[in-house]
Amino acid sequence: MTYLDHAATTPMLDEALEAYAATARDVGNASSLHAPGRCARRRVEESRERIAAALGARPSEVIFTTGGTESDNLAVKGIFWARRAADPRRNRVVASAVEHHAVMDSVAWLVAHEGAEVTWLPADDRGRLDPAALRAELAARGDEVAVISTMWANNEVGTVQPVADLAAAAAAAGVPAHTDAVQAVGQVPVDFAASGQAALTVTGHKLGGPVGVGALLLGRDVPCTPLLHGGGQERDVRSGTLDVPGIVAFGVAVETAVKQQQHFAATVGALRDDLVERVSAAVPDAVFNGDRAERLPGNAHFSFPGCEGDALLLLLDAQGIACSTGSACSAGVAQPSHVLLAMGADDDRARSSLRFTLGHTSTRADVDALIAALPGAVERARRAGAVKPAR
Amino acid sequence: MRVLAAMSGGVDSAVAAARAATAGHDVTGVHLALARNPQTYRTGARGCCTIEDARDARRAADVIGIPFYVWDMADRFHADVVDDFVAEYAAGRTPNPCLRCNEKIKFAAVLDRALALGFDAVVTGHHARLGPDGLLRRSVDAAKDQSYVLAVLTREQLAHAMFPLGDATKAQVRAEAAARGLAVADKPDSHDICFVADGDTRGFLAGRLGAAPGDIVDAATGETLGRHEGAYAYTVGQRRGLRLERPAPDGRPRYVLSITPVTNTVTVGPAEALDVSAVCADRPVWTAPGLELPMECQVQVRAHGEPLPATLVATPEGVRADLHRPARGVAPGQALVAYRPERAGDVVLLSATITSASVAAGPGVSAGSGVSGGPAVSGGPGVSAGSGGSAGPAVFAGPAVSGGGAG
Ligand SMILES: Cc1ncc(COP(=O)(O)O)c(C=O)c1O
Repeated sequence: MTYLDHAATTPMLDEALEAYAATARDVGNASSLHAPGRCARRRVEESRERIAAALGARPSEVIFTTGGTESDNLAVKGIFWARRAADPRRNRVVASAVEHHAVMDSVAWLVAHEGAEVTWLPADDRGRLDPAALRAELAARGDEVAVISTMWANNEVGTVQPVADLAAAAAAAGVPAHTDAVQAVGQVPVDFAASGQAALTVTGHKLGGPVGVGALLLGRDVPCTPLLHGGGQERDVRSGTLDVPGIVAFGVAVETAVKQQQHFAATVGALRDDLVERVSAAVPDAVFNGDRAERLPGNAHFSFPGCEGDALLLLLDAQGIACSTGSACSAGVAQPSHVLLAMGADDDRARSSLRFTLGHTSTRADVDALIAALPGAVERARRAGAVKPAR
Repeated sequence: MRVLAAMSGGVDSAVAAARAATAGHDVTGVHLALARNPQTYRTGARGCCTIEDARDARRAADVIGIPFYVWDMADRFHADVVDDFVAEYAAGRTPNPCLRCNEKIKFAAVLDRALALGFDAVVTGHHARLGPDGLLRRSVDAAKDQSYVLAVLTREQLAHAMFPLGDATKAQVRAEAAARGLAVADKPDSHDICFVADGDTRGFLAGRLGAAPGDIVDAATGETLGRHEGAYAYTVGQRRGLRLERPAPDGRPRYVLSITPVTNTVTVGPAEALDVSAVCADRPVWTAPGLELPMECQVQVRAHGEPLPATLVATPEGVRADLHRPARGVAPGQALVAYRPERAGDVVLLSATITSASVAAGPGVSAGSGVSGGPAVSGGPGVSAGSGGSAGPAVFAGPAVSGGGAG
């Protein structure tokens, strides 16, 4: 099997797996006062400190969650609610047009159910946001804005955003900014304090940790109304019994991924460059999407004119090659990517795209297998595309 | 072979895909998303169009151990099936959308795409037999037989079709599904038209076509017996829902004899006036090879209708079936399907679209009785004489569709 979908989820690191196995047998609720409870608590707090150290945060800023989706929801809705409650004029969310659905749909929900207003920040044809646009928006109506959310790096086309400039613009206007760094941690340097962000989302399963555990880094002075009510385990911002083995493995994974980030960027980046070059040679009219320089090292993204991404995926899958047309979709119908549409692609180009993402287990053989299968698949998909009904 | 199994989320298509895999084929499952917005079609798992159905199909594919994808066919389905359905009713005909879906979607849009992608055939869960001889036959389960809605397929289409359930009864299919661990084993059958919520065809059409009030006229006297809200809501042979303001002069129940869109008139008459003995049809598809007309055969004129002995003759527009005994409730727009009875299963010979039906064979009688012209079925008083009116009245609750949303 050739796995070229590490942005969807990447295999657990050995270190994380071992840490998980070493803790999973032990009983203990981290909120209990007895010895097993204290043991669990100690493990959770050690993990919190590890993550804080690796990501440039204070331990008290680490709020454990069930992953990226929950952290994004908590940041967007929670900060919006808290800020609007304090000042009813702050009824607006500013978010980029290329966010993950966990942010986009949270914002859309606030609009539909909470009467919120939204400003979508545009992206250019490489998926980059313009800090000047944020500055202009904040100059025009900064006093209406409750929260800003712009991702660190895009999960589809891999574009890395000008995070520092965006955060500076937010800070100048005194508006808390959240960033979804799910795809960034372990691939590019991420330092919460230095970033100037008020809140940052990270998840385990994109960096070698388990699925179902993640964190929101939340500045001490950032108001945030909880989504989940109960025991108030996490700074009263998040309730629920903590997943001790998951959190331990997550901590190890974050620490390891951050420690290895430079090495990852160099080796995986070189492999990715090779993949891009060879795809372009094998399919000369393939269109490279995203930014060549400001890019996640593991991401390659192309449009194949005349093909449907879905058809290509099916054909490559049949040959044991796993890739993606964008973000994973449930049983529903695949929609053209909002990211590519926001980058100015038309419907056909958006539907003809395919994402190849490399990770810590990727090898040259993976690229070889892709290059062996791709031209034939493209030719087939093109024929099938020709019988596709006009939309 | 590399085959593509169309999986609706129902038990039939799941077992069909499983049988194809067991037979050694390289099977890929595909669920066809046909609703533009799944929530606006009907809710609940009824076997065709909902997200739940897609999930059921995916779960079945997982159990069988085959790849599974969702293909968006909503635009094609709307253009070729839904819009056609509405247009046919508006033209006073009674379409069969399942047939149209097989003709235009499953064995056209889907098949073409599958072939282009390197598949050899499309597998569906239809109850019909398709042997190595290339002949399409009725299912062993007469009650579930769907050859009627497949007869429209050309020999080229059939050459790339696979119906693994033809030799199984529905009960066997369900038992096999259970034995294979498929959770859809006891999922209810779909009966209605998948894109019509709650089976309310009339409401669906009214929403699309708007109210178009007109007269309900007695065939014999020309008297207006009542009003209707839209002629499209009626089907030849229908009795219920006429809501006549005045009883017919003879006090007997009235049935829809014809629909005339040009004058927006629904013509009604007594049961025996529904009797026809010549059925004209156009756009014939010669399903079986080497046929010559005239020919003796059996014909079926609606889904789940009984086979009628007939002589099939050629006409300029297509074919005409001269029925050996009169039949009732023959609606333009439905398919005329000819069969040759055989022990190994009745063989489908031909399918064509019914344009008109009349009381006697031969030129002159049915001439000009097309749907858009005068009454298609009965000319008026006296016509029904001698047409064997002793048979009980045929009662049709509504449009004769169905045929199952298999696939
Ligand atoms: C950018 C981004 N944000 C959020 C998520 C959701 O994270 P999780 O799967 O942990 O809920 C993903 C993963 O698909 C992602 O790529």
